[in-house]
Amino acid sequence: MSSERSRKAERIRQIMATEGDSVERNARGFNEGRYESVARLEDYDAYKDRARAIKADAIERLPELIERVRETVEENGGTVYVAEDAADANRYVRELARERAAETVVKSKSMTTEEIDLNEALAAEGCDVWETDLGEFVLQVADEAPSHLVAPAIHQSRAEIAALFNEYFDPDTELETAEELTAFAREYLGERIEDADIGVTGANFVTADTGTMALVTSEGNARKTVAVPDTHVAVAGVEKIIPTFEDLQPFVELIARSGTGQDITSYVSLFSPPVSTPPVDFDDDGPIADDSADREFHLVLLDNGRMDMREDDQLRETLYCIRCGACSNSCANFQSVGGHAFGGETYSGGIATGWEAGVHGQESADEFNDLCTGCSRCVNQCPVKIDIPWINTVVRDRRNRGAEDGRLDFLVEGLTPDEEPAGMDLQKRFFGNFATLSKLGSATAPVSNWVADTLPSRLAMERVLGIDRRRDLPEFDRETFVEWFRNRDVPRPVDADYHAVVYPDLYTNYIRTDRGKATVRTLEALGVAVDVPDVASSGRAPLSQGMIATAEDHAREVSADLEPYLEAGYDVVAVEPSDLAMFRGEYERLLDERRYRALAERSYEVFEYIYGLLENGVDPAPLGHASDGDGAGSALAYHSHCQQRTLELEAYTTNVLERLGYDVLESDVECCGMAGSFGYKREYYDLSVDVGERLGEQFEAPDTADRTVVASGTSCLEQLDGLLARQPRHPISLVEPDGSE
Amino acid sequence: MQTQLEMFETNLGSVRTAVTRTSPAAFQETLADVVDEPAIGAPLPFEEVSLEGLDIVLEPTPDQLREAACGVTAAALGVADYGTVVLESTPDGTELAGLFPDRHVIVVRERDLVDDMAAAFERLGERFRTGDGDAVLATGPSATADMGELVYGVHGPRETHAVIVEDDAE
Repeated sequence: MSSERSRKAERIRQIMATEGDSVERNARGFNEGRYESVARLEDYDAYKDRARAIKADAIERLPELIERVRETVEENGGTVYVAEDAADANRYVRELARERAAETVVKSKSMTTEEIDLNEALAAEGCDVWETDLGEFVLQVADEAPSHLVAPAIHQSRAEIAALFNEYFDPDTELETAEELTAFAREYLGERIEDADIGVTGANFVTADTGTMALVTSEGNARKTVAVPDTHVAVAGVEKIIPTFEDLQPFVELIARSGTGQDITSYVSLFSPPVSTPPVDFDDDGPIADDSADREFHLVLLDNGRMDMREDDQLRETLYCIRCGACSNSCANFQSVGGHAFGGETYSGGIATGWEAGVHGQESADEFNDLCTGCSRCVNQCPVKIDIPWINTVVRDRRNRGAEDGRLDFLVEGLTPDEEPAGMDLQKRFFGNFATLSKLGSATAPVSNWVADTLPSRLAMERVLGIDRRRDLPEFDRETFVEWFRNRDVPRPVDADYHAVVYPDLYTNYIRTDRGKATVRTLEALGVAVDVPDVASSGRAPLSQGMIATAEDHAREVSADLEPYLEAGYDVVAVEPSDLAMFRGEYERLLDERRYRALAERSYEVFEYIYGLLENGVDPAPLGHASDGDGAGSALAYHSHCQQRTLELEAYTTNVLERLGYDVLESDVECCGMAGSFGYKREYYDLSVDVGERLGEQFEAPDTADRTVVASGTSCLEQLDGLLARQPRHPISLVEPDGSE
Repeated sequence: MQTQLEMFETNLGSVRTAVTRTSPAAFQETLADVVDEPAIGAPLPFEEVSLEGLDIVLEPTPDQLREAACGVTAAALGVADYGTVVLESTPDGTELAGLFPDRHVIVVRERDLVDDMAAAFERLGERFRTGDGDAVLATGPSATADMGELVYGVHGPRETHAVIVEDDAE
């Protein structure tokens, strides 16, 4: 296990060193483009809802729509073949190539043909196969796999491509600029297209009512691939079918914006093949329009596990994916390593876990599934609103259960609420049972802190549990937050307008008790009657490790513990954003509807709650103001928390701090790279630091270097603490009433 | 407040497409100015203007297709809020003439402009259901960023130029 961890860490380090810079530059460029482009789109959210509804409907009615496509394509004069798996699809296309005696096949980028390794199958038939998409062409020459769903060669820089082309093609004049490289590829591939006997494309969408396929491109290669050869084969997953032609519209508005941040790509081709353009025979001298050659069109609809995914309640949403790559671009870890580390046999990025588990089987997803930290950044960026972190968690859970090879086993097994399997990875078990550890650590503090921090302990923890020794360990407080509250002798306000439970999450209860105490003092100063009962831990820790059954047990306990308070009219105030995100998000999947609603509708992040109180007319005078000068200064640099941002809650903190006179500069870096256990793990420590450095740099820039750093999440605080010389604080420590140390 | 035509022109500009406005009467003269030779094209499906009589090969051979510097084709629709033109495929090779040459001159009538994609898809849906089933929504020239930076003119045209034929005054 230990050497496996070292190997993984080494591989990640190597990819970061060789491909990291290119991936980061490109993925972040796409990301920024997306923000600007979706901001220009009126009704962006309405479009996302519509797009999701169309896909949900299409997947629901898929068997019927496949038959409808068969009818319409055949009416148009084409042929439809539904291929069961990769071998079946490849056999069909190979036979076509044999019948046509095809020597040259040109292709327009298609991940679906990557999925089935069609190029290899055609090469075995003796065909010369050429990728005409420039990115794919680069990879073909370099003999590499795509590293991104949309921009397959983003890990390569211009200089690397130039070196590759000069070496491989040995041109008369050395190629150097992007213009020269493009011109060379255009000419080279132009000749291949002229010679081609068969053109192969994918399809972004296929409309059932008109038999139209939509191809979203910018180069024009798909158009040439379809137009020039007289035989066109389109290979598309069955999930690409949507019911009507008009259903294309929201996707046309969304797909490029979500992917590369363009409003629209240069070309959105809508073909109902066989197309009416005459094929071009470059060996012929007569006018093209006179060419009477019949066109042939074959649509190969690929199942390859998709119909089983459709039956799987947890993986089904993967089929809504339109392969835009927004989840990759928005993912902090992907930005550092790209799809060669964060991907499987074919697909990469956040949604790849679902795809790989569905089409290639669990083991292909195993390789990279852990790189999803569950930060949820991608959820709001997905144009069809797929809960990608949940799919990743489910696959992690199935993997913990040791789902055997073959994709069917785990599909049937599903999520059985039993104990976590005994053979589960020790590291995952350790982090997943953080609640027990915290209890123990706190009960034996300070001895436990001292023991944990000795070198022999750190070495043992690194060897056995894979906890990187470079990461500082949390220190447990001897007196828990709950105990402090119980032992306290402060009269509760009589006739309070507001009653609230401050939720004692693991960190607040055992490690960062100060922020719990500050929260209690703050709320009491605002006239809230506060209680801090002993409540179970949220289940975030086991959920992160893919221990869904354990997380479900936690959710039920939390619900039972809080139920009497909710019935008595209490609100629940959470300090830790990732726990609030559980209550409002994942609990919907872990609890019954009634229990979920009861808790979700009454839970608040601490600053969201304070904001609400102030908005309702509560006087903020007793709180700590910037002018009080408790050493913090009035200028703050604030980093919100990923899940807090997904819930769109960060503005409450900024607003309250500003009302109290603080000057707040908020980080626009989207992730700290820590994400709970992730940054502790030896295999991911370097990646976590690489991601974190973007935040570190921003907080060390000239306009932030003197500001007091505040952050909402425990993980963010730990990461910032490791990166900066200044010690970061939770914002509640700045607003708690004066003189309450 | 911009008119629909002005919005279309502005957006064409922002997707690197040059624009010339003309009247049916001045059409041929305008076109002669914006076409590079050798030029190929496909007959325009319009009543008010035609390519007949211009120095444009309307039934090119494969060699002429390969050698052409400029292609002239009609657009069925213009989508104002994107600067997009809808290029239909025809048996006489409209798609080829708009795709192979370095420069693509697109003839679009003012009366064929629509405000947005929703309107375009409504119109296209009718056509696609009655059998005219191939069209390309083209927005600006062919482009790629796959070689490390943005380059125009990959497999498709490097330059696009829209000639907008204004509606007759009456």
